[in-house]
Amino acid sequence: MAATAPPLPASEPRADAQADRRAQLGSLVQRQGAILALGLTLLFGWWRYGDNGFTGSYNLTEALRYNAMFALIALGMTFVIMTGGIDLSVGAVAVIGSVLAARLSGEGVWVAIGGAVLAGVAVGLLNGGLIAAFRIQPFIVTLATLLAGRGLALILSGNATVSLSTDAFTNGFIELSSRNLGRVPLPAAIAAVAFVAGSVVLNLTRFGRHVLAFGGNEEAARLAGLPVSRTIVAVYALSGGLAGLAGAILAAQTFAGNPNEAVGWELSAIAAVVVGGTLLTGGLGSVWTTLVGVLLLGAIINMLNFESLDPYWQQVIRGLFLLVVVVLQSRLAGRRRSVA
Amino acid sequence: MANARPIHGGMPSGPGPSPGSSTPAAPDLPDRRAGLRDGLLGGARRASAGLGALVLLILYNVVFNADAFLTRQAFNINATQVATIVIVGVGMTLVIATGGIDLSVGALMAIAGSVAAMILLSTRAPWDIPYLGGALAIAIPILVAGAFGLGNGALVTGFGIQPIIATLVLFIAGRGIAQVITDGELKSFREPDWQYIGLGRPFGVPFQALLALAVVAVAAWAMRVTTFGRYVLAIGGNEQAARLAGVPVRRVKLAVYAISGLLAGLAGLVEIAINSASDANRVGLNRELDAIAAVAVGGTVLTGGRASVLGTLIGALTIQLIRYTLLTEGASDAVARVVTAGAIVVAVLLQRRRGS
Repeated sequence: MAATAPPLPASEPRADAQADRRAQLGSLVQRQGAILALGLTLLFGWWRYGDNGFTGSYNLTEALRYNAMFALIALGMTFVIMTGGIDLSVGAVAVIGSVLAARLSGEGVWVAIGGAVLAGVAVGLLNGGLIAAFRIQPFIVTLATLLAGRGLALILSGNATVSLSTDAFTNGFIELSSRNLGRVPLPAAIAAVAFVAGSVVLNLTRFGRHVLAFGGNEEAARLAGLPVSRTIVAVYALSGGLAGLAGAILAAQTFAGNPNEAVGWELSAIAAVVVGGTLLTGGLGSVWTTLVGVLLLGAIINMLNFESLDPYWQQVIRGLFLLVVVVLQSRLAGRRRSVA
Repeated sequence: MANARPIHGGMPSGPGPSPGSSTPAAPDLPDRRAGLRDGLLGGARRASAGLGALVLLILYNVVFNADAFLTRQAFNINATQVATIVIVGVGMTLVIATGGIDLSVGALMAIAGSVAAMILLSTRAPWDIPYLGGALAIAIPILVAGAFGLGNGALVTGFGIQPIIATLVLFIAGRGIAQVITDGELKSFREPDWQYIGLGRPFGVPFQALLALAVVAVAAWAMRVTTFGRYVLAIGGNEQAARLAGVPVRRVKLAVYAISGLLAGLAGLVEIAINSASDANRVGLNRELDAIAAVAVGGTVLTGGRASVLGTLIGALTIQLIRYTLLTEGASDAVARVVTAGAIVVAVLLQRRRGS
């Protein structure tokens, strides 16, 4: 993706302090704006739909259970986008994962989850390998694996929805989605652990440094001797694995592996990352802003369910919301990049 | 590690505005005929992987599958299926040549289809006047789609939003808008004259195939010999340099997104004419992916700066024939998808090899 931002004034060494401070404020708002928006959105929901159960524990629990899948996928997408790439294959990978998990659901929880995650990692390795070894653009490679992955899911499922094995209802597989730890649904707990792990990896490990370093400037990272190819492969494998895991949860949630599910998930994940405030050009960002982005989009969709709106109005409103957010982001990001 | 070239973002952009042509980039426009010749040869050369595959596919079908392949029916099926991809793909080629992308074209097809269906079904003036109503049912939907495309361009140029995100907005909202227009209903109609754009067979050839060829011819000509074409390539090659050289970057970008929208609108009309109905959930579904794949196979570099409209035509035909061949050989749709995806990667890979 070529950056198409308008030319920004290069930060001169003698940039005056006032502009600096204003830019820092812009940066702060961009970083924390999503949290503010999330707070306001929840407050609005409580005021408008509180009596209808928006803030009731049932709605919150179920919303978290559902959005945990998007959170996992968006986490992987965040890593990919931080390297300046993009992963369009995650929806297809999730479907492969859900079909495989449904097929393996009789063999036990860990086999089913393992199969789904391994399949996701395999697709991710293919993505990363093609991108790193042959220098094909991430957009094209993952577009191809999106198309192929959808086909593969149809092949694996025999062109029909795969029902869970009857054992899956007793061997613990469906609890992957239905179980609650206290009041927290298991998928949300898994997503929370994944985000903590992701944050630790990004901020405290050498791998995380590499991801951030070469997203900022791949050429410089390469010249500095960083293992760019290995990092790329790892990032796409991570994204694929998380998408596979989300697929297993989807199978447990819907009691089936449906090869036609999860259409457009890749774009929802990208939207969540961007809404959270990670720049698509890479090099900046945090996993927590992505989590806020997922929750924000999830809260909006959840609130729309309380209005008796036709589903197509929901699409329009989601699009408008994305429009408002990216326009605001671009204003603030312009200032922020002039600081960076 | 020997080859220190960045993968993301900074693709090698050629030294001149048209790296593919054999003439060195002169400050003034080259001689028109030479430009056209270079364009044809250069386009074919860049799409050589796709062209080679296309020739092989045709040969294969002629040799092993002649009874089915060399029939008017097979020709019509392939031409009909590929036409809207080509029409949308031409707009996509221009957008990608500037370094952008347009994810909204499928949704814009649906919007145009909805607007056209509402006009065709309206019983009020001026929509019910014979011929005028039909003409408006062509002009207005295309203009509406073009206006949305212009909006995409405004987001990209005015706010500096990444094209993938700017057009993602309409990708998400567009189908909703199309359904708002039709109130979420499937709109069926029967207007034999109007449906000529999808069902007409002048000289026995599907009308939309001729339409697609005309679009390709005009765009290929414009890219080669007009200043606009040079501007498009210059922006994709190096936007900053183009701006400094006095290229009206903002206007050219607005124009390519608007053109992409207009062509998506046209393709939407063709599709609803074929179906005698407008289903906002289905019109143009996934067409953005088909078009991007055709552009990539056709040798247009996704980071911009090089474009081949003819290549996009070749790319779309190649992908179409791969699918057709597999399906007639008895492969399932699922297998065809996997093979097609593999072919896209291989085609892009071969071009990269040749380019470096």
